[in-house]
Amino acid sequence: MTPLELLEAWSGVLIVLIGLFAIWYFALRRFQVRKASKRLSLTAFLAFGFLYLPIIVVAIFSFNNSRFRLDWVGFTWKWYAKIFGDESVEGGLEGAQLLLATQNTLVLAVISTIIATLLGALLGYGLHRYRFPGSKLTAWLMYIPVVTPDIVMAISLLLLYQVLRVVSPIFEPGLPAMVIAHVTFQIAFVAIVVRSRLATLDPALEEAARDLYAGPLDTMRFVVLPLMLPGVMAGALLAFTLSIDDFVISFFTSGPTSQTLPILIYASVKRGITPDINALSTIIVAITIIGVFISQILQRNQKA
Amino acid sequence: MSAPVRKVADKQKVEAVGGEVLTVPQLLSRAASTAGPGVLWIFLFLVLPMMILLVYSFLTRDELGNASLPLTFDNYVRFAGWDVLGYDAAYLVIVGRTIIVSLVTTFFCVLIAYPLAFFIAGHEPRTRDRLMVFVIVPSWVNLVIRTYAFMIVFNPSSPVTQLAAALGFVKPGDGLYPSDFAVYVGMVNIFLPFIVLPLYSAVERIDWSLLEAAQDLYATKTQAFFQVLIPQTLPGLVAGIILTAIPALGMFVVPDLLGGAKTSLIGNAIAQQFGQSRDYPFGAAISFLVMGLTLLVLYLYSRRVGEQGMRDLL
Repeated sequence: MTPLELLEAWSGVLIVLIGLFAIWYFALRRFQVRKASKRLSLTAFLAFGFLYLPIIVVAIFSFNNSRFRLDWVGFTWKWYAKIFGDESVEGGLEGAQLLLATQNTLVLAVISTIIATLLGALLGYGLHRYRFPGSKLTAWLMYIPVVTPDIVMAISLLLLYQVLRVVSPIFEPGLPAMVIAHVTFQIAFVAIVVRSRLATLDPALEEAARDLYAGPLDTMRFVVLPLMLPGVMAGALLAFTLSIDDFVISFFTSGPTSQTLPILIYASVKRGITPDINALSTIIVAITIIGVFISQILQRNQKA
Repeated sequence: MSAPVRKVADKQKVEAVGGEVLTVPQLLSRAASTAGPGVLWIFLFLVLPMMILLVYSFLTRDELGNASLPLTFDNYVRFAGWDVLGYDAAYLVIVGRTIIVSLVTTFFCVLIAYPLAFFIAGHEPRTRDRLMVFVIVPSWVNLVIRTYAFMIVFNPSSPVTQLAAALGFVKPGDGLYPSDFAVYVGMVNIFLPFIVLPLYSAVERIDWSLLEAAQDLYATKTQAFFQVLIPQTLPGLVAGIILTAIPALGMFVVPDLLGGAKTSLIGNAIAQQFGQSRDYPFGAAISFLVMGLTLLVLYLYSRRVGEQGMRDLL
């Protein structure tokens, strides 16, 4: 490739780059005014628009009256009807498949979140409280799932399962193996959240409890536990969403009957997008957003 | 450890955080009954798999496609380009491409995240929280869904593509995907929230009185911005870059759906070894290189910022 061709090939990227930098620079020059300037607001508005673009597009196309095409044909509700069991609609996924995938996703998320929250909260508490051989190393290791690319974790677990399969059938590809994989990354997130919550607590509270003759169990039950509970809940919520959202790790550890929704969606996208996937995705997104708002409202009430 | 463990007068005893005085065996049994199962889990399902990954990467693939002895360096040699057929740097090209994609993605994320972080931090606390929720919500929508949405946005008949065609970026009738451009857009969209989060918490902590001081000393706006404000956001920026650049190295869904055959990244190469090619040892070797790089970056980062600083990552 000659330099000129190279420049031509990259000109689009270059123009966008220069344009974005210009917007960025002019938007930020007004930083002195702590109140958001107009330019800053415009940039932020565009950024939010970009973040929400895929979600909006999927929602719009879930009403598209076309079986195969990616362009707009006309309005219809039929994909939603199909998802909720209308067998007369042609095209798209099988209802039974969809039901199974939904069930798998929820079972996986609930079981793994319960295990991870329990073990993760205890781990966070133990690491906060006691210095023991390996405690520093463990605290460091917990950041590995936060940073490591999913695929590397998925592959290393897949290989572990290959070795352990000799010992027990739960390491065959399938739901139990997926639960173990999910707990592995969830546990780290829960422990980190719980530990940072505990770090903000005043140790004097516990000492006060002891001075008032509370035994270790009572101190735990009436002082420490209520104080660390918000951290535990936040960790559990995070773990749950991480599990629901996970595609890569599930993909490499799942068996033929343990497909989750993300795997099902990926498989049908590879075969060619079908509009009922849009409808399904829109429902998932709607549930996610409603869930977020409910947790927001709950938090606000807690503060008040 | 978040708070230092004070030495107690009685040498046999130590004080745990919270003021409890325990003997060493007592402390160990308490630690084992709280952190024990979690530590065990982490060593069994996080550390052990990494070691197995390393071992696998030295194995050989036999005629049946299974991993077997003898132990060799062949997988790494093959990765570096020397194959039975002669020298071919295909995998090194993929590595180079992956690093470029990861860096470019991170660069654009930083570019978009800065104004967003300043914008959000410029509001009153309640609005700030709400705006941050707005930033996070898309990251809770599945990666696969968000990626294929761009297949709709970039298909030949979409307004975006037609505009691009009218401007001469693509031939009329062609889609904007599969292409490198589509991969970048998809990647930036997916990683943007991860960089806004730490960056915002850094911007929120900015000491604005330093800015006034700089202005009193006749700094220009640009000087003040680059020498007073940006340095204060560096911890958040570094955390954000780590949270974007490293996971971007292993991304395989976005290039798989939005990229063409030419946009294969390390993630796709790994997936291929565990899918169609069924060459687990070779796949393990590639994975281990990515893992090693991740651990190295994480180690250097933790050395630099200490344990408190690592909280910026989550």
